[in-house]
Amino acid sequence: MSAIDLGLPTIGGLDLIPAADGPQKAKDFTSDQEVRWCPGCGDYAVLAAVRSFLPTLALRRENTVFVSGIGCSSRFPYYLDTYGFHSIHGRAPAIATGLAVSRPDLSVFVVTGDGDALSIGGNHLIHALRRNVNLTILLFNNRIYGLTKGQYSPTSEVGKVTKSTPKGSVDAPFNPVSLALGADATFVGRAMDSDRKGLTTVLEAAARHRGASLVEIYQDCPIFNDGSFDVLRKPDKSESRVITVRHGEPITFGTEGRWAVVRRGFGLGVAPTAEVAPADVVVHDATDHELAFALSRLSDQGLDHAVFGVLRQVSRPTYDDLAREQVRTAVDAGGADLRALVHGTDTWTVHDGTVTAAVR
Amino acid sequence: MVQQRVERRARVVIRFAGDSGDGMQLTGDRFTAEAAAFGNDLATFPSFPAEIRAPAGTLAGVSSFQLHFADYDILTPGDRPDVLVVMNPAALKANLGDLPRGAVLIVNVDEFTPRNLAKAGYAGNPLEDSSLEPYTVHQVPMAALTAGALEPLGVGRKDADRSKNMFALGLLSWMYSRPTEETERWLRSKFARRPEVAEANVVAFRTGHAYGETTEAFAVTYEVAPAVLPDGTYRQITGNTALAYGIVAAGRRSGLPVFLGSYPITPASDILHELAGLKRFGVTTFQAEDEIAGVGAAIGASYGGALGVTTTSGPGISLKSEAIGLAVMTELPLLVVDVQRGGPSTGLPTKTEQADLLQALFGRNGEAPLPVVAPRSPSDAFDVAVEAARLALTYRTPVLLLSDGAIANGSEPWRLPEEDALPDLTVTFATAPNGSEADGTDGRFLPYLRDPETLARPWAVPGTPGLAHRIGGLEKADKTGDISYDPANHEFMVRVRQAKIDGIPVPDLEVQDPDADVLVLGWGSTYGPIGAAVRRLRAAGHLIAQAHLRHLNPFPANTEAVLRSYRRVVVPEMNLGQLAFLLQGRFCVPVDSITKVSGMPFGAAELAELLGPYVTKEEVPA
Ligand code: SF4
Repeated sequence: MSAIDLGLPTIGGLDLIPAADGPQKAKDFTSDQEVRWCPGCGDYAVLAAVRSFLPTLALRRENTVFVSGIGCSSRFPYYLDTYGFHSIHGRAPAIATGLAVSRPDLSVFVVTGDGDALSIGGNHLIHALRRNVNLTILLFNNRIYGLTKGQYSPTSEVGKVTKSTPKGSVDAPFNPVSLALGADATFVGRAMDSDRKGLTTVLEAAARHRGASLVEIYQDCPIFNDGSFDVLRKPDKSESRVITVRHGEPITFGTEGRWAVVRRGFGLGVAPTAEVAPADVVVHDATDHELAFALSRLSDQGLDHAVFGVLRQVSRPTYDDLAREQVRTAVDAGGADLRALVHGTDTWTVHDGTVTAAVR
Repeated sequence: MVQQRVERRARVVIRFAGDSGDGMQLTGDRFTAEAAAFGNDLATFPSFPAEIRAPAGTLAGVSSFQLHFADYDILTPGDRPDVLVVMNPAALKANLGDLPRGAVLIVNVDEFTPRNLAKAGYAGNPLEDSSLEPYTVHQVPMAALTAGALEPLGVGRKDADRSKNMFALGLLSWMYSRPTEETERWLRSKFARRPEVAEANVVAFRTGHAYGETTEAFAVTYEVAPAVLPDGTYRQITGNTALAYGIVAAGRRSGLPVFLGSYPITPASDILHELAGLKRFGVTTFQAEDEIAGVGAAIGASYGGALGVTTTSGPGISLKSEAIGLAVMTELPLLVVDVQRGGPSTGLPTKTEQADLLQALFGRNGEAPLPVVAPRSPSDAFDVAVEAARLALTYRTPVLLLSDGAIANGSEPWRLPEEDALPDLTVTFATAPNGSEADGTDGRFLPYLRDPETLARPWAVPGTPGLAHRIGGLEKADKTGDISYDPANHEFMVRVRQAKIDGIPVPDLEVQDPDADVLVLGWGSTYGPIGAAVRRLRAAGHLIAQAHLRHLNPFPANTEAVLRSYRRVVVPEMNLGQLAFLLQGRFCVPVDSITKVSGMPFGAAELAELLGPYVTKEEVPA
């Protein structure tokens, strides 16, 4: 097999989607359905952020589609006045792939959770990422099963006591960002539900990215996993933990940049900025796969550190563009003659009892 | 040259058998093409091991291809071969049991070495004892003769060995007076990039032909005249190819792009391969990460306004069932093809069975009705694919098409349809709100407001202004499609989904030779064997009626009336009586079941014998 250079132009994630006729508001994207998450659920904040960031994309509302799986967050499509498909457990990336391949004029979002995307639907997630289908995937990670009332999830920490793990979970959790980077995702970001600004920035960059974008959203489930991200929210605790990266900028964090990210062996570590030569502070490069992976490994299940922002963004041909190009090239070359296809190369005719053999 | 006698035969069954690496499928295919080009009616039955290359020379590695060709219309690939060609001892051992006394056996004697005999489990050499006495045996040193002929070309023994199947083809082509030019042309084009290989195969083919002509061993050659079939243009076609073409035709007739989401699985993969090469017809093929993603992507494409298709075999249907239920709930068009194989579980991947019928009808959680259709022969797969697409598009529903291994890989002549004669499948997408003033929904779009005639809901594809709406797997409120947990609404929606499928008009069941008091009723690939068995019984003076179901859900409206007008109804199936179970459950009529689950189709003689007891009652003239 030889690689084929398709000479595709470099286009943005939204370039083939019709633009809106005029300015839009968050209200335009709000459906008439009553929102039914529990009071205090982190999903509300994400919904508000999505409703207010969608108008900034300036796309025709009817060309936006939200596809979800099963779980609390997967109710998302009902609350947006766009096209929406609330599908079955874990399969949203597969359904969205078929839609995105067939319809380049749509902006396709996938809404999923840690159980939906990483447990039952893990296979579809990694394949959508490796294929680089033009999708924007919002992975709501609350580290628990909410809709089924409180079992541990594939991102729950070891030792977690839940209804299904009364003696504590013995399952090692996934690091979703590491997983996505391992699947060679071309866009990987992370944000916090309550951080409207950070969330909006990452979501917008993800939507504009051409290819599969994965955004992990740390989301609080006050009912079954209350306060799970509190150490990243409370200023006294978050100060030494929350690391926000921006492409091209040195990675320092904490009050007045008290901490810095530095190289340590093949990976990264954290040191007091005062003790590090300025040249040794790592500068974020979203195109560096190894750096992104090393950054993802700074986050552990105890949340001693957590990296937010766009960890990786690179350009790679998308599956849907390539697949459509192959079909278009074949269609343009002509020869779609159904009669010729059906007849093939060897036919014979029977007429009034006489057989006339193969005409080529 | 020896003067040979030429005898006319009405029909002949030939079986080529050898090791998986001996090229028997290719040889059989080519002989079939010769028969087709000559104008014979024909039916084929390839049989190959599930292992790609089982150890050479073992019974597990035997691959065979049976071809039945005739000067009249035939219905099956034939029960027992008139001529068996075996390339090694294992092929002899695996196939000899099917050979009737007096049949011709052509043996590649070069492979009958002590080592190969031992591998096949022979204690002695059957060519040297009396065990083959009931047959006319021709011992031909095919490998040595081929090697000898190729030596001047500088082809080594090992390479020459690969061409010995063409020697066998040449010999059989001579025996049956087949034209040879076409095969030589085919070899040259097949190996166009490697002319030396093409030349070696042509020479091997000619050597086999000349061997027949010059040796005194073969005193007779045979002629099978062209079959006089109904007027029309014909070609030879396999079921999987016909099905793929049917899907392309459905795309053309509907004006929709075709999207196939599929995961490789025997014996359905050839449909994926075929469609992958037909992009020029606007066909997109997506080889998914698994069976579920295959159907999921097809549903996504249908949601976006394409004709979504997924192809698989039984194990894949098991995996797809939840997603098919989603298509039932969201009422989106979807074509699901199940090329059945032996089950349960991985079962017999390369063998045939009809045991997915009840799974097709009921294998989903909840009340999840959908239309089920089944082709009866390889060429019929084209028409049934078009019909399945028509049902899916008209009624906004997933449709299950049940093919099977015998149809998929078998071949027969196909009277070619004209494009204009195919049904018009044009679809109208919703473009405007459909709410009405009467119920205060004026200006709103109601995604579950049904067409009063078909009960189908509107198909509003994303990108249509003013019609943005949400669908999903949760129960829908009537008309609005909002989530609804209301008991009365659920009761209504379950019943209306059922009524939509039950109300699909289906052509009446036609009965052949209805004036009898016993009816044989079948579905799917048993059509050929049933027809051939019934012919035998009628030839013996028995009265027997025959009917075949194409629509398994819903049944034709006259099904019950037909069943009730016979004293006995006999249903032969390659399962343990699934259609019989359905008929009895639905119509409360007694049905007699004839079942077979060996992975092999019914033979005509076998089925005639099994049907015998039902027809040899009072109506039979003594
Ligand atoms: S269970 Fe948790 S995640 Fe689900 S809606 Fe309630 S708070 Fe939100």
